Amino acid sequence: MRISALVKRIMLQMFRDKRTLALLFLAPLLVLTLMYLIFDSNEEEMKLGVVGGNDLLIETLESQSIRVENFESADNDTVLENDLDAILELKSNGAVLTLENDDPTQAKALLAQISQALAFQSQGAAEQNASAAELETNYIYGNEDTEFFDVIGPILVGFFVFFFVFLISGIGLLKERVSGTLERVLATPVKRWEIVGAYLIGFGIFAIIQTTIVVSFSIWILDMVMEGEVWHVIIINLMLALVALSLGILLSTFAGSEFQMVQFIPLVIVPQIFFSGIFPLDGMADWLQNLGRIMPLYYGADALKAVMYRGEGLTDVWGDLLVLGLFALLFIVLNILALKRYRKL
Amino acid sequence: MSHTIRIENLSKNYGKQQVLKDIDLTVGEGQIFGLIGPSGSGKTTLVKMIVGIDSPDRGTVTVMGARVPNLELLQDVGYMAQSDALYPELTGKENLVFFASLFGLKGAKLKERIAYVSKLVELDDALNKKVAAYSGGMKRRLSLAIALAHDPKLLILDEPTVGIDPELRQSVWQELLELMAQGKTIVLTTHVMDEAAKCEMIALVRDGGILASGSPDELKAKYGAADLEGVFLAAGRGGQ
Repeated sequence: MRISALVKRIMLQMFRDKRTLALLFLAPLLVLTLMYLIFDSNEEEMKLGVVGGNDLLIETLESQSIRVENFESADNDTVLENDLDAILELKSNGAVLTLENDDPTQAKALLAQISQALAFQSQGAAEQNASAAELETNYIYGNEDTEFFDVIGPILVGFFVFFFVFLISGIGLLKERVSGTLERVLATPVKRWEIVGAYLIGFGIFAIIQTTIVVSFSIWILDMVMEGEVWHVIIINLMLALVALSLGILLSTFAGSEFQMVQFIPLVIVPQIFFSGIFPLDGMADWLQNLGRIMPLYYGADALKAVMYRGEGLTDVWGDLLVLGLFALLFIVLNILALKRYRKL
Repeated sequence: MSHTIRIENLSKNYGKQQVLKDIDLTVGEGQIFGLIGPSGSGKTTLVKMIVGIDSPDRGTVTVMGARVPNLELLQDVGYMAQSDALYPELTGKENLVFFASLFGLKGAKLKERIAYVSKLVELDDALNKKVAAYSGGMKRRLSLAIALAHDPKLLILDEPTVGIDPELRQSVWQELLELMAQGKTIVLTTHVMDEAAKCEMIALVRDGGILASGSPDELKAKYGAADLEGVFLAAGRGGQ
């Protein structure tokens, strides 16, 4: 009864604040779209330089909407000077493909198309030229494993859910502290856990809506890689949102104003980006790598990558979910204790 | 006469600063009790301790026989804070409904109480406006209405009449007297002396201590002063 009154009020307040709602629901989509456009400009026609190619091969390549230019000889500089995406050198004993790999996704697509074309050609040329199917691949930038947006996409989805839920729930409760309404609410027979519970439910409902929008947009509009089940992704993000929600509310205890709440972003949010897997950590000292293990986003990102990129299921990531659950539980208990500052009961 | 509030040997520090020192106070049932003093004297801290939303370092507060803090007790307490603790995004009515629901009011009873208290503070025409559009006086009146909504036995009002025009102030006082006649106990803080004169009992608060307490007439006689301002000055000199 009391908890439902609290939840209803929290939701009413949110619906009245259209800008915050827009921030919660639309800002992640905007930023994700921008990142997608920056890292994944797939549509552009690709330019390939060919050394010693035959008509059949060039025709096959051109039929896949690759622009082919012939060169007498070539090296890495040829690629860069002529603004090529790759250069293909056909030799008697095979072929060498040098990819600029400026955009990993694009390079990967090009590689697939060329090996296909080569396979097609060797089929036509029958036995005597079978070795042509052997393709040696070089990269000017990066290596064959780089596939940027595919890797960071799932992490970004988790990050934006975490970030916006953290910010909005934290500021929500902070406003109550600053304006005195929290104290006023504590002057009623409401119990401390009812307040924390109401905040989790009230903002949780918005987090569910946000998560659903962000995940759907990423998968169906941005065409993000999605090997596993959509609902698994939503479950993982909801766990992340729950952690963000309880952490945001908790940290608002230590902030005296909205501005001080924003100051937690470089302290609490930014380090989590560094350790979540967006940036490669392999070269880091072991103790530094392990630092990621105290950060909720590390587990969320790990689970999201497993489901979206590697196609695993919830059974494979239950460990991550368990840790997220423990984080949320810890923060919730601390929240209930933190309210003791106002009222001992 | 039975005691509604009994405060014994109460002290409170914020860091090194002592906000309240050795307060002893009793408020009888059915009284209007005024805590009079300048801002910063510790009145607000004192009333917060009576409500139970701040805890003393030493000493005890007992309200209606129960040791504070006590959740069940809060059901019978109406508290109006010094700052208007309202949700500006919500309408006056939504604010009232929210707080009244926390006291378990619902259905027809809730509607009836909201209609009654909003008429009492003359906000019935503005109930569907957002609080963000309210004037200072309107917010004060809404806070008062919220404190009254669940029909509490004990009312604790922190500066209830600040920013209210004289006419409305008079009607608020009429209502307070009416509530007292119904047997309710009212504790209020004020720094306006003529308001203090309307209280049945008063305590003069300064620098975290109580200079003197009694009925306004008793105090005037005791210090040989023509008005409460004179009492305050005389009692202050006596204490130094």
